[in-house]
Amino acid sequence: MQTYKNNWAKFCGEVLILAALFTLVQYLITTGLLNQYYQINLTSMCINIILSVSLNLINGFTGQLSLGHAGFMAVGAYSSVIFTNMMGQPFIIGLLAACIISALAGFIIGVPTLRLKGDYLAIATLAFGEIIRVILQNIDYVNGPAGILGITKMTTWPWLFGATILTIVVIVNLINSSYGRAIISVREDEIASELMGINTTAYKVLAFVIGAMFAGLAGALYAHFFYIIKPETFNFLKSFDILVMVVLGGLGSTTGAIIAAVFITALTAVLQSFPAIRMILYALILIIVMIYRPQGLMGNKELSRQTFGKIWSGRK
Amino acid sequence: MLEFIQQMINGLSLGAIYALIALGYTMVYGIIKLINFAHGDIMMVGAFVGFFSLTLFGTNIIVAMVAAMLICAILGVLIEKVAYRPLRNSTRIAALITAIGVSLFLEYITIFLLGPSQRVFPESAFPIKAYNVAGLSILNKDVFVIVSAVVLMLILQYIIKWTKTGKAMRAVSLDQEAAVLMGISVDKTISITFAIGSALAAAAGVMYGVYYSTVNPLTGIIPGLKAFVAAVLGGIGIIPGAMAGGFIMGLLETMVSGYGNSLYRDAVAFGVLILILLIKPTGLFGKDTGEKV
Amino acid sequence: MSLLEIQNLNKSFGGLSAVNNFNFCLEKGELVGLIGPNGAGKTTVFNLITGVYKPDKGSILFNEKNVEGLPPYTICARGIARTFQNIRLFNDLSVLDNVKIAAHKDVPYGLLTTILRTPNFFKGEEVIEQQAMQYLEIFKLADKKDELARNLPYGEQRRLEIARALATKPILLILDEPAAGMNPFETKELMEMIEWIRSDFDLSILLIEHDMSLVMGVCERIYVLDYGSIIAEGLPEEIRNNKKVIEAYLGEEVE
Repeated sequence: MQTYKNNWAKFCGEVLILAALFTLVQYLITTGLLNQYYQINLTSMCINIILSVSLNLINGFTGQLSLGHAGFMAVGAYSSVIFTNMMGQPFIIGLLAACIISALAGFIIGVPTLRLKGDYLAIATLAFGEIIRVILQNIDYVNGPAGILGITKMTTWPWLFGATILTIVVIVNLINSSYGRAIISVREDEIASELMGINTTAYKVLAFVIGAMFAGLAGALYAHFFYIIKPETFNFLKSFDILVMVVLGGLGSTTGAIIAAVFITALTAVLQSFPAIRMILYALILIIVMIYRPQGLMGNKELSRQTFGKIWSGRK
Repeated sequence: MLEFIQQMINGLSLGAIYALIALGYTMVYGIIKLINFAHGDIMMVGAFVGFFSLTLFGTNIIVAMVAAMLICAILGVLIEKVAYRPLRNSTRIAALITAIGVSLFLEYITIFLLGPSQRVFPESAFPIKAYNVAGLSILNKDVFVIVSAVVLMLILQYIIKWTKTGKAMRAVSLDQEAAVLMGISVDKTISITFAIGSALAAAAGVMYGVYYSTVNPLTGIIPGLKAFVAAVLGGIGIIPGAMAGGFIMGLLETMVSGYGNSLYRDAVAFGVLILILLIKPTGLFGKDTGEKV
Repeated sequence: MSLLEIQNLNKSFGGLSAVNNFNFCLEKGELVGLIGPNGAGKTTVFNLITGVYKPDKGSILFNEKNVEGLPPYTICARGIARTFQNIRLFNDLSVLDNVKIAAHKDVPYGLLTTILRTPNFFKGEEVIEQQAMQYLEIFKLADKKDELARNLPYGEQRRLEIARALATKPILLILDEPAAGMNPFETKELMEMIEWIRSDFDLSILLIEHDMSLVMGVCERIYVLDYGSIIAEGLPEEIRNNKKVIEAYLGEEVE
């Protein structure tokens, strides 16, 4: 089996690869080889990855359909801006605030809502997402519907890279553990899971809170790059955008969520001038995937070390 | 006092529209346990059909409504056949996600084909007249909406209670397998349910156009959501519940925007939904039967 | 004191009485059967004991402590495990993972350790893996450890369900129609398995079954349920000849 030393070696290998990737992109940005257009898309891609991987934890691994993920993104966005632009704190404080406050929102909404099942849960989360939007529209401190403009640009590649890797690592580590197995068992058969000694409500809330936290992180990163945020930005259509990624990638595959996020970002960029066509494509993706390939691109398989190992030894 | 009754009448008109849409949600949920996310958009299509009937073909309002009802009935049956029937044995979540897809599709294909802008229902289609009754100013459009809605609901009740089709619909909602064994064509019954529900939504769409004058491709979203809350409030799957829920939501909304803060008007629907789901998810008329393991 | 003692248990579903005035006791080490025609309420009783349902009235004492109304995961922690009439495995998980889940209630590391992947995590995972493999080996499923649970043949799925239940280290094991769908040969194997798991794991066992050869073959005492009430209780030979029991199953005798 995997010994600790074995893992340590693999871990160092992975760190090296990531460091190389980071440096490469940073170099491209600093020298200007990656121009503004690509930087915008890179930012969107990282934010989308964080959003889809975190939603996949709730919808895919825990099997609870949440349709209000954009609401947590909003909470994170607004919280971070309140701390940075309005209270003059450094970016890290803003990010931490975003994480903590959206996690809290996840808890407050999750505890009553996660007692519901299936479509009732989905509708309740949709409603809460909209309630968050309406509340933000009516708070004068953040300019209500007009939103906040002129947010300082603090989201840079190091932050994006760090946040994305953090999200992926935390969720992958969580899933590949006894806690992960417990979470998946909730999806597979809630009653059997309870009878195995697992407090299913607690684990649903756990997944929900962690998912909400990362959505908040994404929101904070978004706000400090795209410099404007309005309540309308985080409506249920945004939640559906994220849902499309998770469904396409495969409910229950982090790799799928990442691949789908990249694909959807590219699609959005290509179809920028045709928003209606993009939405029609999203609609078709949802319908066609659900009818013909409900497991999405990856099903619940992952591209893991094992797969890479097989590919590598295959080449040799 | 007069002001209050005036508001009540507005509330009833709005409620009538919600009730008609809510009926479609409740009938479909009752028969295949699906929240038809796209239902509000069918109302929008109905409104557009009504609009084009009035403007392009110069028909009167009744013909426009019938045309809308016919076309949307067909649309509803088509959607069921293409998007929902393949998922009849899948999880409810899968069907819900598909319904979201259908909803987005209807909205954005309309934007793609007809553009996103508002369409204004011609004043000439329904010239406003006000009747003075006991000091109240009752508009003819209020009368039209409320009376038409009641007529349609009575027709629906008749179909459900007294026709073979209605009996089949009730049977399939209660126990699909048993219904098949009784020789009932489940596919046909489900199609008819979608047809009727969609027709009612289309009627509501035309009324909406008459009442509020403007429609756009995204018009169906908010009223659709509110009608859905109405259906849940009354007890999803229960037809009298949808009617009651619709009128209650209409009255509630009018009261809130009339006497309270109109900014929170839309939030009322969400608030009501959360409250019902947490306190009594089976709704006002719903029965609390436990789940068998 | 009995290991499991049930007094005056009542449960209705929307006006229909599923279980009424159910009294029952099971001593440590006993193997007791609960039989009765379909719809008698047997699974409802199991659901009440394991916390899936809350009783309307009555008490359930396990190890002298009240467990009625407690959530299922707490009751599992107290030492009651069960299998299901319609097998409830975690279908998209591997055979090994299914058994590993049983270990989660006593997981040897915390969330932070999980995320930071400190040495404790790897040690903990090894312990969980070893324990799970032990169960798989006992139940001859070790060679299929990475197979998805849904892909196992029916008989092996049943074995896995029992293995998984035992991995929660219960004091009382509740089996709901374990012989359902088995041929006489498999049923005989099951009977033997029930006997040796009882002694090897020091268990008390409560069993619902329709297969009379199994019931009469392994049970020390039998309760008979019909329309939610107990109509007979006693040793297998007594039950076999009990007129009320025969009537419940076959109807009244034609004069």
